[in-house]
Amino acid sequence: MSDLALAQLSMASLYSAMGVLTLAMLAYAAHLAWLLPARSEAKDLKAAQAAHAAERQRELAPVGGGPTAGGEHPAYEVGDASTEAHDEEPLRARKAAGIAGALSILGTLLLTAAVVLRGLEVHRMPLGNMFEFAITGAMFVMLAYTGWSLRRDLRWLGVFITGPVLITLGMAVTVWYVDAAELMPSLKSYWLVIHVTIATIAMALFGIGAAINGLYLWQDRVEGGTTRSFMNRLPAARQLEKLAYGLHVIAFPLWTFTVIAGAIWARQAWGSYWNWDPKEVWSFVIWVVYAAYLHARVTSGWRRQNAAMIALAGFACIIVNYGIVNVFFVGQHSYSGL
Amino acid sequence: MSEVTQPQLGLLGWLRWMWRQLTSMRTALLLLLLLAIAAVPGSTFPQRSINATRTAQWIADHPTAGKVLDRLGFFEVYASPWFAAIYLLLFVSLVGCVLPRAKVHWKALRTRPPRAPKHPDRLGAAHVVTVDGSPDQVLEQWRAALRRSRFRVDSHDESSVSAEKGYLKETGNLLFHLALIGIIVGVGWGHVFGWKGDVILPEGKTFANTISRYDTFAPGPSVDVNDLTPWTVTLTRLDAVFEDDPAVKGQLGMPRDFTAHVDYARDPGGAATLETIKVNHPLETTDGTVFLLGNGYAPHITVRDATGTVIYSDATPFLAQDNNYKSVGAVKVPGATPKDLGFAGLFLPTGTITSHGPTSIFPQPLDPYLALTVFEGELFPDGAPQSVYSLDTSHLTQLTQEGTSDPLRLWIKKGQTMELPGGRGSITFDGVDRWAGLSIRTDPGKSLTLAAALLALAGLIAMLTVRRRRVFVRVSEAQPGPDGSPRTLVRVGGLAKDDDEGMGEVLTDLAERVHPRTSTGPSAARPKDRRTTDE
Ligand code: HEM
Repeated sequence: MSDLALAQLSMASLYSAMGVLTLAMLAYAAHLAWLLPARSEAKDLKAAQAAHAAERQRELAPVGGGPTAGGEHPAYEVGDASTEAHDEEPLRARKAAGIAGALSILGTLLLTAAVVLRGLEVHRMPLGNMFEFAITGAMFVMLAYTGWSLRRDLRWLGVFITGPVLITLGMAVTVWYVDAAELMPSLKSYWLVIHVTIATIAMALFGIGAAINGLYLWQDRVEGGTTRSFMNRLPAARQLEKLAYGLHVIAFPLWTFTVIAGAIWARQAWGSYWNWDPKEVWSFVIWVVYAAYLHARVTSGWRRQNAAMIALAGFACIIVNYGIVNVFFVGQHSYSGL
Repeated sequence: MSEVTQPQLGLLGWLRWMWRQLTSMRTALLLLLLLAIAAVPGSTFPQRSINATRTAQWIADHPTAGKVLDRLGFFEVYASPWFAAIYLLLFVSLVGCVLPRAKVHWKALRTRPPRAPKHPDRLGAAHVVTVDGSPDQVLEQWRAALRRSRFRVDSHDESSVSAEKGYLKETGNLLFHLALIGIIVGVGWGHVFGWKGDVILPEGKTFANTISRYDTFAPGPSVDVNDLTPWTVTLTRLDAVFEDDPAVKGQLGMPRDFTAHVDYARDPGGAATLETIKVNHPLETTDGTVFLLGNGYAPHITVRDATGTVIYSDATPFLAQDNNYKSVGAVKVPGATPKDLGFAGLFLPTGTITSHGPTSIFPQPLDPYLALTVFEGELFPDGAPQSVYSLDTSHLTQLTQEGTSDPLRLWIKKGQTMELPGGRGSITFDGVDRWAGLSIRTDPGKSLTLAAALLALAGLIAMLTVRRRRVFVRVSEAQPGPDGSPRTLVRVGGLAKDDDEGMGEVLTDLAERVHPRTSTGPSAARPKDRRTTDE
């Protein structure tokens, strides 16, 4: 297939992915909206909260409960799935989530196809410019989310993942789009593949972590209140906080590796492993901020909420690094010519 | 006595308090956040060590703010006292925090797991079951299973087992923090004992690694600049490839590949080997690594006097100003008569004249031109060092076109010779060579830095993934079975550091392995279940 045909196919795949993910996002949103108790009687609310509490209880209980856990549940339901909540779930909410899940898998496949086709078109890893970086990053986010969804009920998270992913893809096709091109000499290195791939995966995980941390802070404020909100159907604040931490624990070593690999590559390409180039400065800042987050979590006297804020600040730095430093700052990472 | 010692104790107490504050996790956290914030201005303001010209320009553009910020070190953030203060405090805090912890951990590594509590099943995760076999047998089974799961196993009495694992977590933590110190030491070592220098080398020329041959040279404080190993490189050819397919939108003329072909000799006059230097492929020499960090054109220019005698003939490097290699430079001919002659202007690899003046439209030398103005007078008025790419015109006058006051402009195509007015001779544009911008650097600390960084990564992974877990098993005789065979009541409890969701699962797994058939039996942690099995 010619490069031109590949390019067209890649873009067609990308636009299809965006269409499908938009529908997935709407279905996830419908899922959350329909989870709200249909009638606003206090009784219903109480029931919902009780179910939620039961769910939480189950999640906190030690494993190994076996048949005693909830007598009448059919065997195939035993596991992570919170059966009580399912029973309470309006049928249409459950249906919406099912559709959303299928659509997000389809969207992820299309997005992956777009990235792979782009790679075939340019004969290298599609990580040479902002556009490629954005679609690959979005792909990793969707892969991580859909993959994780297979092991855990993450339907509540869907809208908070597909939304930002769509914004990223929208930016990619409008603002950042560039035609396929060969790389400039300094980027021609296998370190590009290692360094940028790992960086992108780390950023994807930090991104999902930030979404969950945001929900945690939100849940933390509304939890226990009497306001009727779909937040009642999300995991408890404590649970959200742990999930977010789990993601950061994976992403932080990956980012550490990214910085080290970048330094090795910088030494190859520019003669010195650390030049305090703006991109390096921000990679360092991101690393330090996330290190502070991990520290804050184990510092006695520091509230988890404040730790979560530090993690969110870390993600803000990632956005600055990617969206602002790449485009506006003068440095070696942006040099054209040699 | 108290009269004398009291104030001393006060001072000591005060110091101790300071030290405790400094080495607390809270302070470490604040210093980390401060370090992140302090690093930012280095990316928003131009930095002198990276781009001195842009820094000077910025200060000139913002006279008031520039001066104040300069005083405060904002143009040399990473060498500024306040930045150093933050990271030095952080590392003092680090040492003060980690060393005592290392001592504690060293002891912990060699002490036995603590005695099992009376009721292990009252711990966070628990498992209670009654099984066949005598208490001793059962305990032995548990011991074996725990050992297989790589727990450190010990007993403080006959009827219990204490087990612990996950020491690697704390080891990783200490390794990580100590390795951070290693990184700092490596970086500092490189600064003190390393050096770097730059040189512009036209094709055909040879560079010898001695201080006098460098255009710029920056040694660390402990470098003996007269002690460089004098290897040589001769640039035989520089290949430059640019995108020349106009079909690739927006990429025409973008750089694709640069390769410097050199003859490298370890000793001057010694046998030379053919080497290539590319952007991601430096040349390792016996003393320093050679990087190809720039390139450009060196038009070959010959100047003759009125009699036709050659008074200047050389490849003269010009510096590229844009992606199409519109380059600036100067030719200085001090031996001209009656006065020194100086030429300044542009080299254009693919030259053309637009309404904005001469420019280049492609980086390759498809149609090379020189666009020069001419000066005469004193080139080096006070012998002060000056840039080779421009003229110091303070003691020069510009030549004009004959009979007018318009400056004389020479537009010379490759191969052409232009007569200079007033019998001053002629200038010939013979041809075009390329030059390579080589940067030669040593960093004796880089291996240490890399090793420390990788150790830090290993420590980090260990600290974040390993779980510290304790398991306690207590057995007691239960009512014998119907056939009179011995039965044993086993109570197992697990204790984990931090919130460890996996602890329950670990216990269940262990129990399943030790008592395969009974594991589906009553599970603990549910008070009502426990009551049925407890006597
Ligand atoms: C150079 C800057 C530092 C960095 C990048 C850093 C980073 C980290 C990270 C990522 C963790 C892991 C936290 C977790 O287990 O989730 C950690 C733990 C820890 N850090 Fe640091 N740290 C630094 C300086 C310090 C200093 C100065 C101290 C002492 C005051 C310190 C004491 C500790 C302790 C005690 C832990 C273990 C906490 C625990 O798991 O109980 N660190 N550090």
